[in-house]
Amino acid sequence: MSETSLTSGQTRTPLALRFPSVLVFLAMLALFTLGVTILSEGFGIGVISTSFVKTLGKTLCLCLVALAMDLVWGYCGILSLGHMAFFGLGGYAIGMWLMYERTRLIVVDSLAASELPPTAQEISDGIATQIFGVVGASEFPPVWAFAHSLPIQLAFVVLIPGLLAFVFGWLAFRSRVTGVYLSILTQAMTLALSLYLFQNDSGLRGNNGLSGLQNLPGLDAVPQATVSLWFFWGSAFALGAGYLLCAWIVSGKFGSVIRAIRDDEARVRFLGYPVEAFKLFIFTLTAVIAGIAGALYYPQAGIINPTEIAPIASIYLAVWVAIGGRGRLYGAVIGAAFVSLLSTWFTGGQAPDINLGFYTIQWVNWWTVLLGLSFVAVTLFAPKGIGGLVDIIADRTSPNRHGADLGPDPGALREKEADK
Amino acid sequence: MSTLLEVSGVSVSFDGFKAINNLSFQIGAQELRAVIGPNGAGKTTFMDIITSKTRPDEGRISYGDKGLSLLSMSESRIAQAGIGRKFQRPTVFEDQSVADNLMMALRKARGPLRVLMFRPTPADHDRIAELAGEIGLSGMLHRKSGELSHGQKQWLEIGMLLAQEPRLLLVDEPAAGMTPAEREHTTDILREAARTRAVVVVEHDMEFVRRLGCKVTVLHEGSVLAEGSIDHVTKNEKVIDVYLGR
Repeated sequence: MSETSLTSGQTRTPLALRFPSVLVFLAMLALFTLGVTILSEGFGIGVISTSFVKTLGKTLCLCLVALAMDLVWGYCGILSLGHMAFFGLGGYAIGMWLMYERTRLIVVDSLAASELPPTAQEISDGIATQIFGVVGASEFPPVWAFAHSLPIQLAFVVLIPGLLAFVFGWLAFRSRVTGVYLSILTQAMTLALSLYLFQNDSGLRGNNGLSGLQNLPGLDAVPQATVSLWFFWGSAFALGAGYLLCAWIVSGKFGSVIRAIRDDEARVRFLGYPVEAFKLFIFTLTAVIAGIAGALYYPQAGIINPTEIAPIASIYLAVWVAIGGRGRLYGAVIGAAFVSLLSTWFTGGQAPDINLGFYTIQWVNWWTVLLGLSFVAVTLFAPKGIGGLVDIIADRTSPNRHGADLGPDPGALREKEADK
Repeated sequence: MSTLLEVSGVSVSFDGFKAINNLSFQIGAQELRAVIGPNGAGKTTFMDIITSKTRPDEGRISYGDKGLSLLSMSESRIAQAGIGRKFQRPTVFEDQSVADNLMMALRKARGPLRVLMFRPTPADHDRIAELAGEIGLSGMLHRKSGELSHGQKQWLEIGMLLAQEPRLLLVDEPAAGMTPAEREHTTDILREAARTRAVVVVEHDMEFVRRLGCKVTVLHEGSVLAEGSIDHVTKNEKVIDVYLGR
């Protein structure tokens, strides 16, 4: 990690050079984005279907939330099993505007034919009936007060998950809740939130959730093939920016301190660091990242409902990061991309069923079993996850002596010198 | 000599067992002090109370020129106020390099945002190199501290304490598990540190305490049994009975 030489008068090396993995990652992401664009229906030769572009775009968002999970769990040691709640809240925040605005345009359109021009009240009632008829209401609940404003709802994408995480974290960390108890608390939080949203009078359409989010208001003329690419690019950009941010955070002394908190929290306290403040900072920041990822994900998915923030979603998130390799940023990305794409393949009915004669393994049902087994296997046999493979390859090319002597006598060349 | 820390009438009990019983203790601003006593005498609890790991049932602790009360402060605030502590087992961050460990300990702003914006200056690197020299780990700055020997970890921890530039250093059994040569080096480091600050060493090993050549406080059943030079306390009848006689 720290390749900074300790000779005095050294100049600061750019982040990308100190962490070649950042550069490699960004280059691969750029190539991937370019490749998908060229192969897409919207801007390229049409090899990749629009629905698959959406799947890839959604995968990038999942990679982003996995990065957040890696930061909070892999680096800071807080096993949060509630981060998908923040992801969902980001989705709801943007979904409210998308649904409101699109419905408004439809209502205005239909009322335009009437003899008298419609009043603002009529339009508002029309929208409310359209949106909330399904839960037997015809008025806007208070939470929709700002749904007409894109800037405010965009701010909510960041503010609502951030605020919830801040308050929750402040209460939990201040009481020194750690380890498995904290995990249970975060599970309780996401469960409570999803149960609340399931209610019809929660104001967010109960179990129907928000739908039609793939249609951007006022842009009906733009084909989905194009819109899907816009979101794909947005997701790729967000992932790249998120990766840079996370790499920057974990690179310096801050990264040192949070890893130290993960390994021995009490000791860090005796060094004089306010451990709770650091945890709260990371918890809130990662919740905000998760919110942004969610806001990019759900317009591509088209629908969001309370099942999305059920506890199982957050557990999947932890599984992705564990399989990919926690404590390294690219590990989280690899894990999320690999497992979620594989999951799409298995549950999408594309995987060939295996006929054992007496029983047919249908992957749609058996995929979760396979995932569970591989999670156990990774935890037991390869705690570094898929990312650990990188170490094996790197060790083969240059054995890591951790800067020790290369020879038996004290004056022998040191590894660092030999590298130059 | 001004008093840096004054503990007066402190008691603490765990489930009815009095671990510390009406203990009073003071130490000057530049003083080396050894605290000895048999197992269960309350030596570690005494340090826990000063660093706020354990809250006492009664008593007062005043620290520094302004007579700050430590009882209402959190662990991290106390550390920031200049009290450093070394635990019995060496606790360094094994996953990180020696340099990173020292960098974390350097006396700098401790808030999250300040830490996030922190970038080491050449002076910081020099200070770390200097500290590494003092604790005999110069050639190992880039090694993971988990790869160090037991004695080297102890030194690294002492180095981290020195990096914090504390005014009061609490050291719990620094010589445990060290070779004779390592012990000697440790003695030197501690004596050197006590020139500019207060150092309290909790120790079992009489020989080690003798080599420190400082005032000794003997604890027994949670209160001070005797205080004075090593020769003075080893001649004390009560001390011989409870401790040396065994």
